[in-house]
Amino acid sequence: MQQLTDIVSKALKVIEQTNDLKALDDIRVDFLGKKGQITAMMRMMATLSPEEKPAFGQAVNDAKQSVQRALNTKIENIKAELLAEKLKTESIDVTLPGRSLELGGLHPVTRTIERIETFFGELGFSVKQGPEIEDDFHNFDALNIPAHHPARADHDTFYFNPKLVLRTQTSGVQIRTMEQEQPPLRIISPGRVYRNDYDQTHTPMFHQVEGLMVDEHATFAELKGILHDFLRNFFEDDLEVRFRPSYFPFTEPSAEVDVKGKNGWLEVLGCGMVHPNVLRSVGIDPEKYSGFAFGMGVERLTMLRYGVNDLRSFFENDLRFLKQFK
Amino acid sequence: MKFSESWLREWVNPAIDTEALSEQITMAGLEVDGVVPVAEEFTGVVVGEVVECGQHPDADKLRVTKINVGEEELIDIVCGAPNCRLGLKVAVAMVGAKLPGDFKIKKAKLRGQPSFGMLCSYTELGIDIESDGIIELPQDAPVGKDIREYLNLNDKIIDVDLTANRADCLGMVGLAREVAVLNRTTATEPTWEAVTATTSGKPSVNVTESSACPRYLARSVKGINVKAETPLWMQEKLRRSGIRSIDPIVDVTNYVLIEFGQPMHAFDEAKVTGDIQVRYGNGEEKLTLLDGNEITVANEALVIADDNGPLALAGIFGGEASGVTVETQDIILECAFFAPMAIRGKARQYGLHTDSSHRFERGVDPQIQHKVMDRATRLILDICGGEAGEIVEAVAEQELPTENTITLRRSRLDSRLGHHIGDADVVEILQLLGFTVEGKDNSWEVTTRTYRFDMAIEDDLIEEVARIYGYNNIPNTAPHACLVMSDHKEVNLPLRKVRQTLITRGFQEAITYSFVDPKLQQLVHPEQKVMELPNPISSEMSVMRLSMFTGLLTTVAYNQKRQQGRVRLFETGLRFVPDENEESGVRQQQMIGAVIAGTNMDEHWSMESKAVDFFDLKGDLEAIIGLTADASEFTFKACQHSALHPGQSAEILRNDRVIGYIGAIHPSLEKPFGLNGKTIVFEVELDALLQQKIPFAQTVSKFPANRRDIAVVVDDSISAGNIVDAIQKVGDNQLVGVNLFDVYQGKGIEEGKKSLAIALTLQDTTRTLEEKEITEQVESIVSVLKKEFNASLRD
Repeated sequence: MQQLTDIVSKALKVIEQTNDLKALDDIRVDFLGKKGQITAMMRMMATLSPEEKPAFGQAVNDAKQSVQRALNTKIENIKAELLAEKLKTESIDVTLPGRSLELGGLHPVTRTIERIETFFGELGFSVKQGPEIEDDFHNFDALNIPAHHPARADHDTFYFNPKLVLRTQTSGVQIRTMEQEQPPLRIISPGRVYRNDYDQTHTPMFHQVEGLMVDEHATFAELKGILHDFLRNFFEDDLEVRFRPSYFPFTEPSAEVDVKGKNGWLEVLGCGMVHPNVLRSVGIDPEKYSGFAFGMGVERLTMLRYGVNDLRSFFENDLRFLKQFK
Repeated sequence: MKFSESWLREWVNPAIDTEALSEQITMAGLEVDGVVPVAEEFTGVVVGEVVECGQHPDADKLRVTKINVGEEELIDIVCGAPNCRLGLKVAVAMVGAKLPGDFKIKKAKLRGQPSFGMLCSYTELGIDIESDGIIELPQDAPVGKDIREYLNLNDKIIDVDLTANRADCLGMVGLAREVAVLNRTTATEPTWEAVTATTSGKPSVNVTESSACPRYLARSVKGINVKAETPLWMQEKLRRSGIRSIDPIVDVTNYVLIEFGQPMHAFDEAKVTGDIQVRYGNGEEKLTLLDGNEITVANEALVIADDNGPLALAGIFGGEASGVTVETQDIILECAFFAPMAIRGKARQYGLHTDSSHRFERGVDPQIQHKVMDRATRLILDICGGEAGEIVEAVAEQELPTENTITLRRSRLDSRLGHHIGDADVVEILQLLGFTVEGKDNSWEVTTRTYRFDMAIEDDLIEEVARIYGYNNIPNTAPHACLVMSDHKEVNLPLRKVRQTLITRGFQEAITYSFVDPKLQQLVHPEQKVMELPNPISSEMSVMRLSMFTGLLTTVAYNQKRQQGRVRLFETGLRFVPDENEESGVRQQQMIGAVIAGTNMDEHWSMESKAVDFFDLKGDLEAIIGLTADASEFTFKACQHSALHPGQSAEILRNDRVIGYIGAIHPSLEKPFGLNGKTIVFEVELDALLQQKIPFAQTVSKFPANRRDIAVVVDDSISAGNIVDAIQKVGDNQLVGVNLFDVYQGKGIEEGKKSLAIALTLQDTTRTLEEKEITEQVESIVSVLKKEFNASLRD
């Protein structure tokens, strides 16, 4: 028995002093292997009396386990140390930038149009597109602006010939939609429009969003309500809004809508009840149906929303400007 | 229209200040564009008289004066104005006066001579009148009177932006009526002593076009003095309406134009031969207008003519030959009602736009001509003297617009507005507007007035009621509608998704003008027909784009000039291709275009950046194509395109139809566009792109996949795409993946050849493939490649 105790304490001592995984494995073989010292003790069992055998067997097993435990602990410790050392060498500067592509962004005008589409889309307005080179019927006549009407002169129209223009307003899409579909109608139509005017506050191309609702009971109060909600949503602010009487040949009553900004009232859109002549021109009975329409200047809204102060910057496409809109 | 506030207040004077008045009319639909004072703030300036005026002893250009300002002592003032002379009535800034620009008048000595004040010019008083010297006041100006009071300078000029329907407000009479309505009061018209004819001479008038000119009034005024001075009050009122004083006759006609909104014209009677005729031109006659330009009078242009030919373009512009000059002694005054439809568009045809045409095109009150003729005659007689003859009138009553009677239904008013305005309010508003209202069952019969020629239908009245009631007094309500779900087709790939994909890949969206520089576009699309704008903003913006390329390339150059080393842009929008078979002769097609230039990525500590090439952009395009879930429908075919590098350009096809182009910009285009380095572009038809496949799920195989790599050597001229296609054709449905993972040229490969390394993935959904089957598959693929492309396996 003494011999066993000596072996164990010798083993524990060597384990204690060894710091190498390979050497530890040799130690394991030396003591616990098939030919190991403790294994050899087991063979001494044959020489013992039956009474002695259980106690001795127990002692050898204990010895085995205690050496194995010591080995395991030591191995774990060494492994942990090795890992810790390895991790040490692997540390990085986490503040360095990652490998990614810089994101681009939508043009602010498109961003505004998408927001407007969302607001009205939720109310069941579908998006319609129309041609930008437009005949004078859809751009003018059908909108109750016959040839030589004084309102035509206000439009600074780009003519290709007397019958063909660059559309001055998105309102023509109203007509194209009503020609093809029957009420109830709810549409919005964003797009480019053109006026022959170029200075600090005018670009020859800009964007409008046209809106139209035709139903049996569309009213001016509803027009006011929907635009009020829109402006409040667009600016995310309970801005003061006013409806000011105005004149568009294709609506009556007509209004311009102003919002109160820091420097007073700013006109942001035009609107009105669809003129009965316009409904009639597309075969809709103005006694049965009524409609309202509105048109808003996208650049103006965008400038107010995002603090852009030069209209022309929208079409210069300077990346330093555009990249501010992610 | 510009007008003087104090003139308006002569007609109607509500107890509100200028700001409130402006707000009030703005909110009634007469939008005030601006309010400016007629003179800047100043004090201490009075009327004086030059009673002595001598040469300064030491200065050629200065005069030494003594001025009477009504005080006991005369004031010494040194003045440098060339028009300073004895007896002149002047504006004197006294010592202690404060002039605009915080300029205080103090005692001074000018070249040794004492000066106790200053004789002022209009500019020095902040009055917008150009003149060379000091103010010359009328001889009857009362000495000592404060100049602000004398010239009524505590007045403001209000500029209203009138909409095309409110021509009735192009005169003080209409503005005053409107202000009266808004303040629930009435306007007072000016009064004058009616003119009685004192001479028997009268012109003879022959109107042959009575529908174009239903009323024509003419009268002679004989023996007038055209050299008489227009009274200062009239000059000032005109000035404050934006009209310069010319001579008393022109001034008076302009005055009544502003006062009553009625244009008039005066002819020199001596230059009129025979009858005054109102007729259309014959297409050949020439007429020299008052601005000196000669026109050929068109057939459809209405003219005033005499026996010798046209005298004036009716309602638009007078002729030079029959115009009033300083020699004129007798005049014929014209005051007519021309039908708007007869005048509309005519002035424009000759590049003209006059105060007269502006009003006649929109409409004037057909009942006001007698009153205005009388008013103008009275003013001329008062200023120029002379004798007036009888008024000659040619009228076709049946052609004159009449007062309309319109039924306004209670139900229509309510349903259009969505708000109930009480009966009493409705009736009051209509009556305030001067209309006659007769109540019926649930409706009103409303008779409008001739000066409100914009009132024609029921909706016109609804607008009037709402406008005066106040739009902002109508509540905001939520729209009512039936909830009908609209159709949504999943095959339509949303454009938003495409945009978002490009943005994720670092592209910035651009919006460029739809019109471009023809010189640049011609380089991209030589000899292609194009939509040209006859009246462009500039020659650089004069033709419609045939593709996104011109705008995008210009934008790249713009940014490269601003030190942007890496440019990635895309744009969506229409291109405009002339095409006889399309509506309006032009194909307007939605396109998406993109461009990259500079480095493929920003400089980075751990990634290598290099100049962009074809495959950078092709990868972006393939990412978009991937959105369709149907990449196999798309192919790229090497092609020639005038704007693109001949060896680095491809057609993009979907189901074998060309839907766009991709390639490197041709080096010869880099300089004219100002491009710096390699630039890659693509453009694709959006309609063709935005169709996606709706997924139909396949069972995922539970059995292992086997990869076999082959390396084949082929001629350099053979497209990799063709080889991959061929492999896919051979492989049956066990071939689940073909991936070209390496292209090699160089050592070990014969010149003019290339080696392609391709990974083949084979798998079956029902069992594990045996080695023998796999080998057979690979061998059959290789043998096809050998046959079709003369390919050899690389050792």
